[in-house]
Amino acid sequence: MNEMSKSGQSGTTGERSDEALRLDGNAAAGLLAEVFAVEMTSAQSTCAGCGQTGPVGMLLLYGGEMGAVLRCPACERVQVRVVRERGRAGRYWVDMRGMTTLRITPSGLG
Amino acid sequence: MSIPFVSRGFTGRRQRSEEAQRLPPGQYLVRGFPVLSAGPTPRTPLERWDFSIVGAVDQPRRWTWQEFQQLPQETITKDIHCVTKWSKLDTMWTGVSLDTLLQGMTTSAKYVLAFCDGDYTTNLPLDDVTGGKAWIVHAYAGAPLAPEHGGPARLLAPHLYFWKSAKWVRGLRLLAEDEPGFWESLGYHNYGDPWKEQRYAGD
Repeated sequence: MNEMSKSGQSGTTGERSDEALRLDGNAAAGLLAEVFAVEMTSAQSTCAGCGQTGPVGMLLLYGGEMGAVLRCPACERVQVRVVRERGRAGRYWVDMRGMTTLRITPSGLG
Repeated sequence: MSIPFVSRGFTGRRQRSEEAQRLPPGQYLVRGFPVLSAGPTPRTPLERWDFSIVGAVDQPRRWTWQEFQQLPQETITKDIHCVTKWSKLDTMWTGVSLDTLLQGMTTSAKYVLAFCDGDYTTNLPLDDVTGGKAWIVHAYAGAPLAPEHGGPARLLAPHLYFWKSAKWVRGLRLLAEDEPGFWESLGYHNYGDPWKEQRYAGD
């Protein structure tokens, strides 16, 4: 038992696990920029409410000038919300709790 | 001929000046009534409508539509201010004061979360819905409140930005701890005082 627990603790046995090598989110900047700089309307989202998958461009848009509230066309549950602060720093706020996955195919790769 | 013309012009300028003083910073005046919704318009039949007060209360309360109509009604005229920068002056509403609905209740709550058909929510301090500051209204300009404007009933808290005046309201949850609502959890200000221009978190 003692040996097993020891081997599970990186650092004590010299093993290098993901935990030991953990970086902060800045290290994912390149990957995130690749993901979120693509054309999103053709990305396929899966609704966390009913499980339907379809293109983001086919979601139902509400919210007017306050922000984009994108709802599932099948069950009307909110999939994504985006607010862009007007003026000031122009920060973006994004809530994607309403989708379980977002499948993005970079343009040109079909 | 020229005197009445000059007189009308003077009155118009004075009126515009008075209106300008009623506009919080950054707002512009509209004559129409813009519609802004975070989702499809719910159409709850009145026989299925009720209004509840739940959460940190000694006894939860619930009124059917018929019971709600029999409560003391007030007609109030207020200016309203949307965070998207339009303001509308002298809007006239009829409904029941939150003071009436909360009367006699024992609670340790400091906050309320208004909940609605369509799953919209908004949070306010309890002090901001009491003391003659908030109503549940069901009529606008003497006519039943249209569904696109929140009918059959909406919250009216006109001293705060208008997203706090939740459309299609069905009740209040009284809370010991504050809980951000639909827009408050996505970058909008938690309190939303138009006179302090509290549009976004950190303003």
